[in-house]
Amino acid sequence: MALLLEQLLNGVQLGVTLFLLAAGLTLVFGIMGVINLAHGSLYMVGAYAAAVAASATGSAIVALLAGLAAAAAVGMVVEYVVLRRLYARDHLDQVLATFGLILFFNEGIVLLLGRQPLFVNVPEALRGTVRVLPGVDYPVYRVAIIAVGLLVALGLYVLIQRTRVGMLVRAGATHREMVRALGVDVRLLYTMVFGLGALLAGLAGVMTGPILSVQVGMGEQILIQTFVVVVIGGIGSVRGALFGAVLVGLVDTVLRAYVPGLLRQVMAGSEADALGAGLASMGVYLLMALVLLVKPRGLFPAHA
Amino acid sequence: MILNRRGLLASGAALGLGASSLARPALAQGAPLKIGMITTLSGAGGYIGQDIRDAFMLAIEMEGGKLGGANVQVLVEDDGFRPGQGKQVAEKFIKNERIKLLTGIIFSNILGAVVGDVLDAGGIYVSPNASPSNLAGKECHKNFWSIAWQNDSLHESAGQLATNLGQKKMFILAPNYQAGRDALTGFKRLYKGQIAGEVYTRLDQTDYAAEMAQIRAAAPDGVYQFHPGGLGITFLRQYVQAGLLSNVPMTLAAPSMDATTLAAVGDAAVGINLTSHWNSDFDNAASKRFVAAFQQKYNRMPTYYAQQSFDAALAIGAALKGTGGKVDDAEAFYRAMKPAGFESTRGKFSFGSNNHPIQDWYALKVESVSGKPALVTKDKVLTNHGDVYAAQCTF
Repeated sequence: MALLLEQLLNGVQLGVTLFLLAAGLTLVFGIMGVINLAHGSLYMVGAYAAAVAASATGSAIVALLAGLAAAAAVGMVVEYVVLRRLYARDHLDQVLATFGLILFFNEGIVLLLGRQPLFVNVPEALRGTVRVLPGVDYPVYRVAIIAVGLLVALGLYVLIQRTRVGMLVRAGATHREMVRALGVDVRLLYTMVFGLGALLAGLAGVMTGPILSVQVGMGEQILIQTFVVVVIGGIGSVRGALFGAVLVGLVDTVLRAYVPGLLRQVMAGSEADALGAGLASMGVYLLMALVLLVKPRGLFPAHA
Repeated sequence: MILNRRGLLASGAALGLGASSLARPALAQGAPLKIGMITTLSGAGGYIGQDIRDAFMLAIEMEGGKLGGANVQVLVEDDGFRPGQGKQVAEKFIKNERIKLLTGIIFSNILGAVVGDVLDAGGIYVSPNASPSNLAGKECHKNFWSIAWQNDSLHESAGQLATNLGQKKMFILAPNYQAGRDALTGFKRLYKGQIAGEVYTRLDQTDYAAEMAQIRAAAPDGVYQFHPGGLGITFLRQYVQAGLLSNVPMTLAAPSMDATTLAAVGDAAVGINLTSHWNSDFDNAASKRFVAAFQQKYNRMPTYYAQQSFDAALAIGAALKGTGGKVDDAEAFYRAMKPAGFESTRGKFSFGSNNHPIQDWYALKVESVSGKPALVTKDKVLTNHGDVYAAQCTF
């Protein structure tokens, strides 16, 4: 029971990390209609900026601010310089251009900082483990990630449902032409939305830095799962991104933890492990296929 | 990078001119012997490829631009951690550059995609790292040489060490790919205790929280895990963060705890046991010379990957000396290579019947040396250890 609970926490933690990435990706796709493969690069930029700042100053706060600022700034520059030219083009051009950006950012980081992965220490205040329930010790830092992720979800909800900017974002997602016709500065809105998405990706990068190693290509590793989340949740829907992300996080973690064990009951040890590992890594894609079968537009389609 | 570009230009020229192989003298007097190096320079394994490349170049530089008295030119290309790309580079090296001698691959899945093409074309492959079981046994080849170890030995020695340390119940983990599955098989071959749990992770996995929870629930005496390169660093850091290292000691094989991993994990790694065929504190002249030269040139400690690549260059050098700098006659190269007439940085080294090393294995421990964690060599774990596959090999 304690094990299951710990695994569920792990799933939620992976889920909120995915949510931070997926929220930006889904907004950008839903509102601007741009497939941004370079979203993972913004995550990487955030992680690297935080890692460099942390090793230079030793302060977790400075690292956090540096990571957020770098990701948002790079995001807005990318929007202004590259993506702005692509809104009217078809998806293939966008995929090509943003794939090019991935190569650009990866090589850029190699030139600037080398290939050796960087490592960030967990901030002093967040070290150690906490007893979340009797018999379940869980790293404080991962609890903090879950808390921050849920706070961001709440903040996004307020921003999108309760503010004027949010109203424009919602309107932009569903009635793009009408918003433009009413004289809203769509260009500015796009840059802001893109900056917000980049900021969230940067936040995800900053927070996962101390858990994972900060390395070139880290964005692509998580990008595929992020796309799965966006598709499951419904393109353009932040609410869908939250539910999709937690669902994917839970399914991935629970399958990884339990499928090999279950298979071992019916077949030989090493075969069960190999097959189980294979099945577990297919799990989220099977989930995506199932969701698409039942709800072809995702769980919470934005363009109803 | 310059080498890279030169390789690209040369292949572009070969494609463009078509007849360039006519124009180019085939191994004329004075033309350097080309060696093709395919290695992983990007992604999580990127630092390993960097060490493989740098150590190989260092060996050539220490001989004044030569190996075994022959002028050599090394063409380096990144396989991008992808078997498909490795295969493409190999085809380019073999067909366009007419390279006969290849080396450099780190991961066994990439080696698997490349080695067939090289050997079928009559080429020679000298492996500084990847050495999967099939190439040591049934599919062994006269022109395939492993300078590192047969992959299982890494894990057999760790299994022996865990037995020696009296760990009765072990939890074992490895990524779900050829070398990972070989790792756990190898570990179990010489480990005499009980297996508390066996888990295969994903090769692209970055978060091991689910595995940490399983280890905690199984409450073993010890953990054995094989995760090379960046994967291992991530695994260890998360193991420490989960508060497991103080309760459940870890035994490792060399790939899971090299100098780079150690620098990344820091003090938390103190107390970890591992086995290796070489360590930077080895007390022999060749090793001392290598470590000093590497540190001076690159300003970092060589990992054991660097050592293997350095030994690979020395072994090739010894063979080239025997053949007068030629690789056209594979039979002559075989005869010159087999005695392993080079001064290995690991001390004792010889080739078994299947062209894989026979060598000693040592227990290492991470200890705090003048305030910094370092790998310290302890007892010998296995002596003159070859591999179980040699018996299946006939050529």
